[in-house]
Amino acid sequence: MDHTDHTEHRSLGTYLTGFALAIVLTAIPFGLVWTGALTGPAVYGVIAAAAVIQVLVHLVFFLHLDFKSTPGENLFFLAFAAVLICIMVGGSLWIMFDLHHRMM
Amino acid sequence: MLGRLTIEALPFYSWVAMGGAAVTVGGGIAAFLLITYLRAWKVLWTDWLTSVDHKKIGIMYVVLALIMLVRGFVDALMMRAQQAISLNNEGYLPPEHFEQIFSSHGTIMIFFVAMPFLTGLINLIVPQQIGARDVSFPFLNSVSLWMTAAGAALVLISLVVGKFSQAGWTGYPPYSGIEYSPGVGVDYWIWALTLSGVGTTMSGINFIVTIVKNRCPGMTYMRMPMFTWTALCISILIVFAFPALTVVALQLWLDRTLGFHFFTNGDGGNMMMFANLLWIWGHPEVYILILPAFGIFSEVVATFSRKRLFGYTSLVYATACIALLSFTVWLHHFFTMGASANVNAIFGIATMIIAVPTGVKIFDWMFTMYRGRIEFHPAMVFTIGFMVTFVIGGVTGVLLALPPADYLMHNSTFLVAHFHNMLIPGALFGYFAGLNYWFPKAFGFKLDAKWGIRSFWFWFIGFYLAFMPLYALGFMGMSRRMEHYADPNWQPFLVVAALGAVFVLCGIICIGIQLYVSTRQWGSSRDITGDPWNGRTLEWATSSPAAPYNFAVVPTVTDIDAFHEMKMRGSAYRRPERYEPIVMPKSTGLGVVLGGLSFVMGFAAVWYIWWLAALMLVLCLVCIGIRACDDTSEYVMSAAEVEAIETAWLSGITPADMHDMRDFEPRGAASGMTLSGRAL
Amino acid sequence: MSEMLTIRNDTDLLEEEEHHSLRGREFGFWLFLMGDAVIFALLFATYVVLSGNSAAGPTSQQVFDLSHTAIETALLLVSSLTFGIASLAMDKGHGRAVILWLLITLGLGLGFLVMEVLEFRGMILQGAGPDVSGFLSAFFTLVGMHGAHVAMGSVGILVMIGQVMTKGLTLPVRSRLNRLGLFWHFLDIVWIGIFSVVYLPGVM
Repeated sequence: MDHTDHTEHRSLGTYLTGFALAIVLTAIPFGLVWTGALTGPAVYGVIAAAAVIQVLVHLVFFLHLDFKSTPGENLFFLAFAAVLICIMVGGSLWIMFDLHHRMM
Repeated sequence: MLGRLTIEALPFYSWVAMGGAAVTVGGGIAAFLLITYLRAWKVLWTDWLTSVDHKKIGIMYVVLALIMLVRGFVDALMMRAQQAISLNNEGYLPPEHFEQIFSSHGTIMIFFVAMPFLTGLINLIVPQQIGARDVSFPFLNSVSLWMTAAGAALVLISLVVGKFSQAGWTGYPPYSGIEYSPGVGVDYWIWALTLSGVGTTMSGINFIVTIVKNRCPGMTYMRMPMFTWTALCISILIVFAFPALTVVALQLWLDRTLGFHFFTNGDGGNMMMFANLLWIWGHPEVYILILPAFGIFSEVVATFSRKRLFGYTSLVYATACIALLSFTVWLHHFFTMGASANVNAIFGIATMIIAVPTGVKIFDWMFTMYRGRIEFHPAMVFTIGFMVTFVIGGVTGVLLALPPADYLMHNSTFLVAHFHNMLIPGALFGYFAGLNYWFPKAFGFKLDAKWGIRSFWFWFIGFYLAFMPLYALGFMGMSRRMEHYADPNWQPFLVVAALGAVFVLCGIICIGIQLYVSTRQWGSSRDITGDPWNGRTLEWATSSPAAPYNFAVVPTVTDIDAFHEMKMRGSAYRRPERYEPIVMPKSTGLGVVLGGLSFVMGFAAVWYIWWLAALMLVLCLVCIGIRACDDTSEYVMSAAEVEAIETAWLSGITPADMHDMRDFEPRGAASGMTLSGRAL
Repeated sequence: MSEMLTIRNDTDLLEEEEHHSLRGREFGFWLFLMGDAVIFALLFATYVVLSGNSAAGPTSQQVFDLSHTAIETALLLVSSLTFGIASLAMDKGHGRAVILWLLITLGLGLGFLVMEVLEFRGMILQGAGPDVSGFLSAFFTLVGMHGAHVAMGSVGILVMIGQVMTKGLTLPVRSRLNRLGLFWHFLDIVWIGIFSVVYLPGVM
């Protein structure tokens, strides 16, 4: 029955922790943009950092991924997807903005 | 009511188009009449179309591939004929017809020959190689098959109703946009790709789950046969690369149908984004086509050299490296778009790096043959032909990987020669080797070797005649896809290339004769043991054709060459003390129905018959809903039934049918005495 | 007697096979999600490339309304929590609680969809439809694709409510509910990307 063995890993506590963290991590970028407290590239940095951390929060507290109970192949494919998405998106943006730059 | 479908869609405007339509319709009618004459409709429906048995699905995939190979080859022959005669004249094909032909040739060969061929072989063999009774999702497998068939049917019907795309198999905008291609051709192309792409993605998921979850006890990852390894790698590539095709097809469709501006000239579109996204899918796709063939070559070369595969571990790592690296080179398909030197250099270097693991493989196969007892079976001959020819293609590929050189050769016939040099030996020869190698596993009798060798020689010589001149023509400045030309120096080369196409035609005819002759004489070439070639991997442990459940008792594996090891230890063909009942999936017609519905949906969408497309989509969802609520999709085959099938097979085997394994025992070089120790 | 035995054997076998098959399904669904993530990633890439190409149409500053996005974000985030609570109720075997929390989740999901449709409608009415510029094409496709997923998820919730009511919390139903939960949380993750890549930089 290992397909339901994540039952013991999830509790109201994990969901609420995740929820609270997610609220904070959403509020920070929204607040910054709303109030205009920060400007320039730094805002993008904060938005990106908050987003990445929030994705991890969701993975851990809502999808209950960890190194013990999650099947290894699921983690492998998640990591592989992350690498490929970085290659595809990063590569595309690099290629297209480089091209854009030269076309100006 | 009927969208833009009018009577003008029928091909009464040109003789060539009418001929194509007549052949297509005639072929359909002939098949219909033949099946009716043989009274085979019921058998066809109950035993084949509704089957969810991975072996039958595999066979149907290969049949689809062979039919589409003929269709795609006719396109090739027509192109070669046109270019052979069209020096300073129009030839016999008007330009818009020629454009449709090269577009459909590429589309068919990639999506409806290579893809179904390799999917079919994987379906047929991989579950047996890993000691599994079926794939993980047998019903999904059937849906995949019929979605692919629906895509193929769309391409076929475009010959009869309307026209096919004229924008090449890559369909670059802005030419494929609605402004320059207002007809239905590009829509046929988009929908054919999308339907088969969905089917392929589902196959990919299915194979990954099968290989990860359904391996028999003892079959660790590093004991999986090479073909299974390549199947796993390409399935991963499929799952991660095909979404890019889906995205790019969706975006082009939105541009054409709803007036979006992804790839348009004006209003903020960026057509180079199309090239970028298409090749994010397109380059992994090349390896999706080639890696399974590499797997087949690995199996064939070990079996017919009577040696364990040399460098198994390095082959596994090379395959995995290629799988990952294949995602890092896509820009080399559009070096000339104007990126800066840094971008081109990085992708050029990545492209050259990917040649290294491929080279490793070639050496592994050669070392496997070294001091082996080579048997020139057709599968082995195709393998050797591949090794010789593929290296040439690889070298020209490394040449093209240099951006400055690519600027000279881009879109020339040199490129055409290069990728045919990769895909004909690298993919097709592999599939043909697989066909010759695994045919007995599918049907229980061997293919005629004589005609197999003949087909090889025609293909081999035909390939060189058809494509070596194109390398030269590329250097002489000939662009690809030319409908006519004015340089008399080119014509002799093009005539030789046309001659090569005729040789290939003979090769295809030989395969047809081979199939016919072998079927006629099937009684004398039966495969009684299920192991006609003294094979090494687990698929040879089943009967030929394998029982519906493949293995009555799930085997336990202790070695890379699992079945070879069993034969050496004398534990092959052993009857278990008692048989167990086995859970089997029930046949279902829903797969065919879903395929049919999605075909009509695609057809309706091509012609803007929106009510019909929506209706078909709803019906598809209803079918999926029906299936989702069905908790009784399996049945149990009783132990007695299993025992009857197994006994019928095992009692037919006499000791004379079995292979003499004493040859494999290690002997001292000088004394000739048997040595103790591990046999390989 | 012996007939009884075989029947029980067969049921056991089918059940064992079911366990195995459900494990496969959960893994297969995970793979599907990974493929889906690539689809979204490429739509994001397209959006970033085209986001400056507003041609003659309005720019992102003119069409985005951050407070609207904030409410949408809140709806989705809370729905993730309520789906989580439904999963907890399922673990405890409380069928009625599962249905209740699924209904709440469904309500939140539909609320999100209504807000998105209103946003799209408002944009199209003020002349910022997807056929105006590359930027708007990419915006509508990316956000619309996410919305279509939420709609599919909502249909899935409806179906699962029906299954819990008619079949109870059987093994296959629980497995399907787990998979739907994965899907729903996955959509929330995609939304993090959407507000971080599309809306927040878009209003700056």
